[in-house]
Amino acid sequence: MIDVLFCLWLRQVRGFLRARGRVVSAFAQPFIFLVALGLGFAPVFRKAGEGDYFTFLAPGVIGAGILFNAIYSGADLLWDRQFGFIKETLVSPVSRHWILLGRALGVASVALIQALVVGMTCLVLSATWPGLGQCLTIFVFALLVALLFAFFGSILGSVMSDAQSFSQIVNFTVTPIFYLSGAVFPLEGQSSLIRGLAFCNPLTYGIDGMRGGLSGHYIIAPSVSFIILAFSTLVTACIAQYAFSRIRP
Amino acid sequence: MSQEPATSPFPAIAAEQLVKTYNGRRVVDRLSFTVNAGEIFAFLGPNGAGKTTTIKMLTTLLPPDEGRILINGVDSALNPMEARRHFGVVFQDCTLDPAMTVQENLWMHCAFYRIPRPERPARIDHVLALFGVTDRRNSLVSTLSGGLKRRIEIARALLHRPALIFLDEPTLGLDPQSRRVLWDHLKELQSRHGTTIFLTSHYLDEVERYAQTVAVIKNGQIVTQGAVSMIIDKARHNSLEESFLSLTAEDGSTA
Repeated sequence: MIDVLFCLWLRQVRGFLRARGRVVSAFAQPFIFLVALGLGFAPVFRKAGEGDYFTFLAPGVIGAGILFNAIYSGADLLWDRQFGFIKETLVSPVSRHWILLGRALGVASVALIQALVVGMTCLVLSATWPGLGQCLTIFVFALLVALLFAFFGSILGSVMSDAQSFSQIVNFTVTPIFYLSGAVFPLEGQSSLIRGLAFCNPLTYGIDGMRGGLSGHYIIAPSVSFIILAFSTLVTACIAQYAFSRIRP
Repeated sequence: MSQEPATSPFPAIAAEQLVKTYNGRRVVDRLSFTVNAGEIFAFLGPNGAGKTTTIKMLTTLLPPDEGRILINGVDSALNPMEARRHFGVVFQDCTLDPAMTVQENLWMHCAFYRIPRPERPARIDHVLALFGVTDRRNSLVSTLSGGLKRRIEIARALLHRPALIFLDEPTLGLDPQSRRVLWDHLKELQSRHGTTIFLTSHYLDEVERYAQTVAVIKNGQIVTQGAVSMIIDKARHNSLEESFLSLTAEDGSTA
């Protein structure tokens, strides 16, 4: 089965690298965040004594890149359902669990490639050089976020049937997840409503884990973030498996 | 191709009392038929008769509400993975990945069917040569014509050497030259390798020329089944097309 997983993984990565438009937009979007938010908020942030905004923003931008990339990959699945390739996989003697897992690993890898490039750029801009341990912590949280939202995108791609409304529904879903994760503003000092909503959002734990890995300052204990994020990923994977098993091409 | 002619003691397909209902409407209604090993079997019917639903059930994409399907003696509900190893499928719409090359698509199929890695290059070379598309090995699928895509899809379906292939409208949208080439390949597959071919088509002249057995479905039920010549004689017409039109005519219409 490793061979099947590898082939499905490679298909996602190859598909991404061969679609120049996707590569450009995947890398351009986080940089727009960086420029728009970074240059706009950095002076305010510094004046408020909160430190370097690029260092603060880097995990948020990495998280955003992963989130958008992974969830929008659900459109690939919808496309495969509408234009045929999924049938080739579903009539083959391979369990749907493996097919979904192979796809999700591919999607997560593409999101991580993007995150790596964006993260490196952020670190250069903020002149921050994390050690190996910090990099490992950031990677673990980034991987969990990538897998979580790859499975989430698969759920959307499995249950939706209309490609045109896909992007609208994804926008409607992604926007609150992104803005209520502490990606662009610190959660400390926010109202209890905002904090309550943020703590219901699994991305919050990923962003805080990455930010803590980089700066050493965690809002939530990293072990707690890890457990919540891992559990959320597992639950989402199970729901994705159920949704994928119900696909009737 | 090192594939041996079909020697299975079982029929290639045995469909028994299949039923499928959508939103209270019985799309397939107690459908039973048998496809013998090594024959070209044409499954005909007007649009909406239940052909596609039947093919989806036969290829394990849809579970029947009632009934049983045996593929080479393997119950496809009890052992779908094993049943899938016995057949290849070419759907009406292209199922190749357009963003991958021909070779990459074929390689992925080999992985799905657990063909050992050392064997894959030779198998891919062989099926590409069989369908005369060796020179397109490194082409992206998105750059190929409809006829080439169809030939590559059939080549892909043969990679794991199935005893049975399903072809849903194999010549739809192809020009006459491509259709002729495709049929030549299919006839060769049947005669030299004993492959059973189950197909649907609206080109009844082709079916009359190449198929041995025909089943005609209407409103989810088989209205007639047998050898092509028998169906033409039975309907007292001069061609399969005329026979088909009279068999599937709605009440009150004259075909």
